[in-house]
Amino acid sequence: MLDVASKDFDIELRLLLDAVYLKYHYDFRSYAVSSLKRRLAQAAEHFDCATLSQLQDRVLHEPTLFPSLLDYLTVQVSELFRDPSYFRALREQVVPVLRTYPSLKVWIAGCSTGEEAWSLAILLREEGLLERTLIYATDINPTALQRAEAGLYAVDRIAAFTQNHQLSGARTSLSDYYTAAYGSAVFDRSLKSHIVFSDHSLATDSVFAEVQLLSCRNVLIYFSRELQERALGLFRDSLCHKGFLGLGARESLRFSAHEADFAPVVPEDRLYQKRERSRRP
Amino acid sequence: MTASRNSRVPPPGRVDAIVVGASAGGVDALSTLLPMLPRDFRPALLIVLHLPRERPSLLVEVFSARCALPVHEATDKEPIQPGTVYFAPPDYHLLVDAGVPGPTLALSQDAPVHFSRPAIDVLFESAAAVYGGRLGGIILSGANADGARGLASVREAGGATLVQAPATALVATMPAEALARGPVDFVLPLEQMPAVLRAWGGAGAV
Repeated sequence: MLDVASKDFDIELRLLLDAVYLKYHYDFRSYAVSSLKRRLAQAAEHFDCATLSQLQDRVLHEPTLFPSLLDYLTVQVSELFRDPSYFRALREQVVPVLRTYPSLKVWIAGCSTGEEAWSLAILLREEGLLERTLIYATDINPTALQRAEAGLYAVDRIAAFTQNHQLSGARTSLSDYYTAAYGSAVFDRSLKSHIVFSDHSLATDSVFAEVQLLSCRNVLIYFSRELQERALGLFRDSLCHKGFLGLGARESLRFSAHEADFAPVVPEDRLYQKRERSRRP
Repeated sequence: MTASRNSRVPPPGRVDAIVVGASAGGVDALSTLLPMLPRDFRPALLIVLHLPRERPSLLVEVFSARCALPVHEATDKEPIQPGTVYFAPPDYHLLVDAGVPGPTLALSQDAPVHFSRPAIDVLFESAAAVYGGRLGGIILSGANADGARGLASVREAGGATLVQAPATALVATMPAEALARGPVDFVLPLEQMPAVLRAWGGAGAV
């Protein structure tokens, strides 16, 4: 692998990210540097490039290469009902409040290949709320979005999904929601009619709806502090009065200027609620 | 090659952070090492210990009770404080990002390295890029080759290096792999490490 500690690498990294932005309008210039460096070093290796400059040359002149590079720049790791205690906390602390709304909008920001969106749809159906809900599942990676929308997962992942689902306080069996065929499990189309999969960048796009619940887990870890602040500002402005925000298990608002905009609801599961006095810029 | 004390011994007091990697036998090694560090120990300690993914991390509880230093599980974007012990959380890589005013912790769920997440190489290489020569790296007991490349990065960036003497490690593979990768400043049993670590951090310096 390339030497991520070298000064040349830093220079080439900036040039490559500028090139990607200028050519494809994807902005990775404010991503957390250390993990991004590793992913790009792996990409360079995958594309047989000895330096990031060579990779930049290919990215600029071979547009067909860009979707594969995007899979290196973004991280797709998820499961259905990942961190089951988070979904349990949603059921116990958030769902009772959501019931008081006549209609609901939910935003999964950075949905990757869709596991979280399908999980929330199942949870809301179990709680009798899905019929009045619209879930926006957004991501910047079009390939990941296509896979998310297909709702098709390898059958060998289903055992782990089922266990997570049970631990989340399930009221039904996960098998009620998918059909297995040819080594894959495909999730129910009646869930999908409540999910809108859409392209949205937390780095360059703005607020598009007012939502009661916003789940963005293990996305901010890939952002720099500055980009995290931008995203949290968007979240605050998207959430309705006393709307709920869920973050990843090792993410925190403690190191953000937006900490005062949110009150902890279930701190150990990273569930927060927008404060009443939260101001808009 | 036989690794022994290198002539290029780092000047005392210049190390701001120490990265530590351990695997099989690592809990025992850390149980000996960490409680020996005094309350006024200045460098931050960033630790990757390989653990089964499903097992909830009890490290913080176990070590808090025994250490003079505060012990935390790493949170993303947390500013790195001197004299504090940070453990990588299970199923996340722990890295270091440059920040203002100082370096911060960073987490990622990128692919496992050496079948491990967290991986020692990932922590060491990112810390070497941020701290340069103001870093110490330690490889303790373990059964695989994770950390060998990372310790080489620490050395190449001008940092100080220490490996547990393989004969004294519960599992010698990881220290031996690290030594096979190039010279290190110190090869020591656990009992002799605190004096070196205090010198790295500038014990008693104001």
